[in-house]
Amino acid sequence: MVEPVIQSRVEPTSGSTEPVIALAAARKVYRSGSLEFEALRGIDLEIVEGEYVAIMGPSGSGKSTIMNILGCLDTLSSGTYRLGGDDVNDLDEIDLAQIRNQRIGFVFQQFNLLPSLSAWRNVELPMIYGKVHRDERKLRAQRALERVGLGDRLANRPGELSGGQQQRVAVARALVGEPTMILADEPTGNLDSVSTRDVLGLFDELHELGRTIVLITHEIEVAERARRIVRVRDGEIVTDEVNAA
Amino acid sequence: MSWMETFRTSWSAVHSHALRSLLTVLGILIGIAAVILTVGLGLGTQKDVSSQISSLGSNLLIVTPGSTTDTSGVRGGFGTSSTLTISDAAALASTVNSPDIAGVAAEKSTSLSLVNGDTNWTTTVTGTTPSWLDVRSRTIAYGSFITDAENAASASDIVLGSETADELFGTQNVVNRTVTISDRTFTVVGVLSSAGSSSSDNLDDIAIVPFSTAATRLIGGTSSNSVSTIYVQAASAGQLSGAYQETQTLLANLHSLSDVADADFTIASQDALVGTATAIYQTLTVLLTGVAALSLLVGGIGVMNIMLVSVSERTREIGLRKALGAPPWAIRRQFLIEAAILGLSGGLLGAVLGIIAALTLPAALGSSIVVSVPAVVLSIGVAVAIGIVFGVYPATRAARLAPIDALRSE
Ligand SMILES: Nc1ncnc2c1ncn2[C@@H]1O[C@H](COP(=O)(O)OP(=O)(O)OP(=O)(O)O)[C@@H](O)[C@H]1O
Ligand SMILES: [Mg+2]
Repeated sequence: MVEPVIQSRVEPTSGSTEPVIALAAARKVYRSGSLEFEALRGIDLEIVEGEYVAIMGPSGSGKSTIMNILGCLDTLSSGTYRLGGDDVNDLDEIDLAQIRNQRIGFVFQQFNLLPSLSAWRNVELPMIYGKVHRDERKLRAQRALERVGLGDRLANRPGELSGGQQQRVAVARALVGEPTMILADEPTGNLDSVSTRDVLGLFDELHELGRTIVLITHEIEVAERARRIVRVRDGEIVTDEVNAA
Repeated sequence: MSWMETFRTSWSAVHSHALRSLLTVLGILIGIAAVILTVGLGLGTQKDVSSQISSLGSNLLIVTPGSTTDTSGVRGGFGTSSTLTISDAAALASTVNSPDIAGVAAEKSTSLSLVNGDTNWTTTVTGTTPSWLDVRSRTIAYGSFITDAENAASASDIVLGSETADELFGTQNVVNRTVTISDRTFTVVGVLSSAGSSSSDNLDDIAIVPFSTAATRLIGGTSSNSVSTIYVQAASAGQLSGAYQETQTLLANLHSLSDVADADFTIASQDALVGTATAIYQTLTVLLTGVAALSLLVGGIGVMNIMLVSVSERTREIGLRKALGAPPWAIRRQFLIEAAILGLSGGLLGAVLGIIAALTLPAALGSSIVVSVPAVVLSIGVAVAIGIVFGVYPATRAARLAPIDALRSE
């Protein structure tokens, strides 16, 4: 069940464990006016399919920046990012949109649900862009919501749901398109301990089903659910180790 | 993302800001209503004018003194001593020379005051011959029309229009009553049946006297034989051009003209008069259309403005949709359709307003407004097009937003 963990600084061994995510010498420089800030200073990170990785680090260390790069929401200033073997730099907007749609499921700290849409309409969104037929969309959205324990809240709008329920809707939205990868940026940051346990339980299930999960957090209790913990500080990886727990 | 899905999303965006959307489309709404009213007023006026001109009689040629060799000026002393005389009319009436002419009536008119005791009424007093009644397709309600004998005797007899009778006597059957014109007493011998009125010409407010009476006693002028208009009635619609030729040749002969281009008279058909009147309203229509176009332009800018607001308000939503896999074209399409919906709403509301105004205004204005279905459909199409054209820039801006910047906004 637990996948073999590859140390990011170690070159991938030849064989079947070609990494699905491969960052090499990744740098990100933010420019605002004449000010430059180097948020990532040469990151090398490889993640193989089915891994459950937590990225930890203090505030401002560059965790969200890594996540945005991994999710193809932002681009590197230098270095390469290979996703499933393709160099992301060579892909255009439409390819990237399709990758986000088909291969990645996002879970954000702020939930990012559309307030005017009911729970199932929110969950349906990725499938709308994935050209899934209407009836099937509704069916799959319902099933996803049932899976996160919200089968009785299909028609409620986000405003009518608790924070924990909203984040479960967001998880349902992330998994409804059957992506191979779940990227979660502080998914439990706004949740109480009960809701945190619910959401992390869902991640465990997804991991068991072979999904690759990258989870960003600054809480060690959360990070310890992962099988591998990467610690970042000031835009650099400081440790990358198998979670013994 | 399917069209249906896009439409649903865009509609809910418009719908959730109903008041704002309504205010936004106000410019388009007014523009479209103005277009429908302008076109309707143009068509209505054309209808009014043609019915007014056909109410003169049927198959008529209208001969007036003076010549129009081009559109800019009048030659031959128009307004001075008239070049048309009662003997011209008499010659035209002779069937030997003019087989296509069924009837001729000459008119000599002026505006005068009619007095009955304390009641004073100013109307058009027309001197004419007995043929007038047939040529102008009128009928007598009471008494009789003027006769040849009365004409020969320059009798002080008068025939009144129904409204003139009403104004002077308070009733219409006023045969044998008397009215005074310029201190001369006239006896009412007949009253015309009502022929209705149009906005510019009241066919029932008229007074008819024998031509000779008008020429010698009421309307002076340098030539007592001169006439202001000769109505020539063709025997049938098919004989109108024959009648035109005969009238032209005969008058040219009588006036000793070698070339009809030098004619000191003008012959107009009813169709030509409708055309002239319509041309005037077309100028007006162009002007009003300009106003409508300006209003539509302002409306379009309003749509662009609110679409830019809508894009910046929903930057985060755009970011989320992109994160979930929306390609740029899907975002562009969503906002374009939103703009098109705004345009369509403005167009539909404008059409409703325009049609309501077209149905209610004529009562107050006294002129008809014709609702033209092609104009309504076309203007709604224009409204949608305006929405789309002015939506392109905001939609493109939305489509170009970088996903991460959009997601991080607020
Ligand atoms: N758009 C930007 N422009 C300029 N600087 C930025 C921008 N985004 C992030 N930064 C800077 O880059 C650094 C890393 O930011 P990042 O959001 O990755 O931190 P983080 O590790 O996610 O922190 P937190 O735990 O607080 O979320 C921070 O110092 C931040 O100020
Ligand atoms: Mg962060």
